[in-house]
Amino acid sequence: MKIPLAYVVRNLWARKLTTLLTAGGMALVVFVFTAVLMLDAGLRRTLVSTGSWDNAILLRQASQTEIQSAIYRDQASLLDTLPHVARGADGAPLVSKETLVLIAIAKKGGDKPANVVVRGMPQAGLALRPQVRLIDGRFFRPGSSEIVVGRSVADGFEGTGIGERLRFAGRAWTVVGIFDGGKSGFDSEVWGDVDQMMQAFRRTLYSSALVRLEEAADFQAFADAVGADPRLVLDVKREPAFYEEQSRQLSQFITILGIVLSLIFSIGATIGAAITMYAAVANRTAEIGTLRALGFRRSSILAAFLVESMALALVGGAAGLLLASGLQAFTITTMNWQSFSQLAFGFDLTPRIVLSAIAFALGMGLLGGFLPSLRAARLEIVDALRAA
Amino acid sequence: MLLKLVFKNIFRHRLRSLLTIAGLVIAILAFGILQTVVDAWFAGADMASAQRLITRNATSLVFPLPAYYRERIRAIDGVTKVAISNWFGGIYKDQSVGNFFAQFAIDDNYFDLYPEFRVKPEQMAAWKADRRGALVGRLLADQFGWKVGDVVPLKGAIYPGDWEFVVRGIYEPKDETTVTRQFYFHWDYLNEALKLKFPRRAEQAGVFIVGIADGSRAAELSQAIDREFRNSLAETLTETEKAFQLGFVAQMEAIVTAIRIVSFVVIVIIFAVVANTMAMTARERLSEYATLKALGFGPAFVAGLIVGESVMMTALGGALGILLTFPTAAAFKAMVGTLFPVFNVSRDTVTLQVACAVAVGLLAGLLPSIRASRVKIVEGLRYIG
Amino acid sequence: MTDVIVDIHHVSKSYRRGGQAVPVLRDITLAIPRGDFIALMGPSGSGKSTLLNLIAGIDKPDAGELRVGGEDITRFGEAELADWRARNVGFIFQFYNLMPVLDAFENVELPLLLTGLAKRERRVRVETALSLVGLADRMEHYPNELSGGQQQRVAIARALITDPTIIVADEPTGDLDRKSAEEVLALLRRLNSEMGKTIVMVSHDPHSVESARHVTHLEKGELIAG
Repeated sequence: MKIPLAYVVRNLWARKLTTLLTAGGMALVVFVFTAVLMLDAGLRRTLVSTGSWDNAILLRQASQTEIQSAIYRDQASLLDTLPHVARGADGAPLVSKETLVLIAIAKKGGDKPANVVVRGMPQAGLALRPQVRLIDGRFFRPGSSEIVVGRSVADGFEGTGIGERLRFAGRAWTVVGIFDGGKSGFDSEVWGDVDQMMQAFRRTLYSSALVRLEEAADFQAFADAVGADPRLVLDVKREPAFYEEQSRQLSQFITILGIVLSLIFSIGATIGAAITMYAAVANRTAEIGTLRALGFRRSSILAAFLVESMALALVGGAAGLLLASGLQAFTITTMNWQSFSQLAFGFDLTPRIVLSAIAFALGMGLLGGFLPSLRAARLEIVDALRAA
Repeated sequence: MLLKLVFKNIFRHRLRSLLTIAGLVIAILAFGILQTVVDAWFAGADMASAQRLITRNATSLVFPLPAYYRERIRAIDGVTKVAISNWFGGIYKDQSVGNFFAQFAIDDNYFDLYPEFRVKPEQMAAWKADRRGALVGRLLADQFGWKVGDVVPLKGAIYPGDWEFVVRGIYEPKDETTVTRQFYFHWDYLNEALKLKFPRRAEQAGVFIVGIADGSRAAELSQAIDREFRNSLAETLTETEKAFQLGFVAQMEAIVTAIRIVSFVVIVIIFAVVANTMAMTARERLSEYATLKALGFGPAFVAGLIVGESVMMTALGGALGILLTFPTAAAFKAMVGTLFPVFNVSRDTVTLQVACAVAVGLLAGLLPSIRASRVKIVEGLRYIG
Repeated sequence: MTDVIVDIHHVSKSYRRGGQAVPVLRDITLAIPRGDFIALMGPSGSGKSTLLNLIAGIDKPDAGELRVGGEDITRFGEAELADWRARNVGFIFQFYNLMPVLDAFENVELPLLLTGLAKRERRVRVETALSLVGLADRMEHYPNELSGGQQQRVAIARALITDPTIIVADEPTGDLDRKSAEEVLALLRRLNSEMGKTIVMVSHDPHSVESARHVTHLEKGELIAG
């Protein structure tokens, strides 16, 4: 494009109100688009980082969630003898037999209670989850009515501070520690001693078992060994894959809803861009004629107006992106309807999302500016000059 | 005469006006659909009756209650009927959203508590006679093309195994608030199977649906029921059906709030577009306005022309957008399957759409009209757009 | 015999209005020698502007031959014509037709962007051109910061910048007051006498016509001896 960039850009500045309004509309669309992508990325990050690649989780066959699953005691003890199971420093197999229940706790700032996962685990449960660190207090003692809560639980629910007590299953449980689950689903859980939990909830069955494999590559061999034993009617999955499945419906829903909304909104913003560019062409008809007379080609005119339209969209897109990046300070807590419990996740801005947002903005600019630019390029010199 | 002038002015710049109106149609339509989605979320609660209570395990919904509680609840003064309902949670064909629907194992007297479900007497009799019989909702039957006599296989997730049921009746809704997307079968059938395969899980109820004669005694009776089972093996929590349903919705509050906010974002976007159009139009016609003022028309007239044009455009776009909302909602409902059992465009939504269209029209025309009405005749006449 | 720079043979042009063809130029034959300063005069509708447009290469005749600088521009395709104009024609318009968002320097520089010249080269030429028209001190002013006369002088500098074969001027003083008009005309005379530029000017102002060497009259699309 031989027409100087300065001409294109300064024309945006010449009509400030119009540029502001048009770019503003686009900024909003890009904001919504980016926010949705960030939300989905945040959801995935939370769930994918829930779990280690060298852990395998075992559930009753066909269970979709840990809550639905049940493992008998005798089945569970067989797990200790399976091949490829890693051993801890003390030589004991790294197998965590866990029981999951949902309890209702009042949210902070509201009196509406929400479901929270309580996970009963042995002491080994913490070792099997290296991404979890205690950030305050200490881990619960075995055989006690002590519990530790995840960061999101401590932040979002009543009565979950260190030293406070939660009442459920007919007992008072003392919070002795807060842990950071590394932005994983564990942040939204309460952990306690498995035997105590099973007693309190009068359960005789475990919900699931988490096993550390010697090598991550052992997974298939391990799964085959489980499958070969007719007493073990269990599904084996890699821990991260399991949690990723859990969120699939919610993730799909957010993504589809968000993309559909963004597309619909973008129609409005693109129309706004088209209106603005048509007016620009109409106002600068004499300039177009002059440029053509001076020797600039039709293609240069087309390019100049397309670039102007895309520059306009880029301004809007950058503003929307900037606004959306501010969302990173917020967390959303909502119910994951597959697992039936509350899940806290944040907005994650990845480089890929930034590029997508910019491409989306440029796309709107290209689409909106296309027909007006075509009109500009198709003007006959003599007609355009006459309009002066 | 003023109206005619305004209308003609809109079509002086046909392309610009058509584009603006098209944008309005889309924005008002999108707004209407989003509001309807939010309404649909609360729809479950709308169907709730004041004369039904839900009794569940106080610790968590995930825990069952002993089935024999049924008789003890029934014995409480003020309670008319009690029925068990267990969420079955089976898989039909696959786990995709399109194949998801709610399945419940219920006591035979369940439908006595739900008069809004209309079943033909012969179908009800057939269902009661068949252990494996199922009663399905009209919308659900239509979605999968089921007819009476069809066999529906379900893969159990909570209750493992392959289960088969026979459609013995299709229930119709009493009115538009009635959800007809459920799948009901005999609790007895489930219980007998459990006694054989998983005896430790037999004789358990998910929740009890409790019918009461006097809706105003709901709170009192809820407490009476819970008192009955305090300090027992499984303590209960009883609340009205509406509270129960709203409890679910509240858990997804964040997303619902987000959608509400986003629905207004689209209105702001279209406001920017209309304001831009009006600003451009007013600026181009400045010399005309100056001429009008020179001829003796007052500033109010000039302002009226601009605001009038703005409002008329939003009225045209808004009206078309509102009209299109209904067929679009119907199409959306067909696509989303059972996720939203009730999906109707409410009167409130339409009112909001109208209000938004008018507000955008007035506000978008406001600033340009103030500027234009203030134009000094001399300056305006000299102005070459 | 001075060589002919613009050679027009039996050129005709008509426009379509509704379904009818309205003739604007009828069988025009005209030769303009190099170094001439010719004014085309005539009442409105006489076809003078159309003839100017044809000579400048921004419109094509329906019939006839038109040679400028020895090249038959009626045979050029649109792209060729555009390139040809960039090298050979300087334009001066009644309303200056400067780009409002570019300053004087950038406006004058515009035609050079179509050549392959480097930035430094361009700068030298622009400064020279602006000095020539007496506006070296206003290089960074925008058109709305210049008077009508100054704007027209910037336009003249732009018209000169590629050292074109001919300069076409359509009512160059039409929008100027007497004093500015006189400045512009003086400049044009200088360009013609000192730099040997061939100028074809359309005007209906008898005073501006006095600056030209020759005057040709048009009426209803035909040349009238004058």
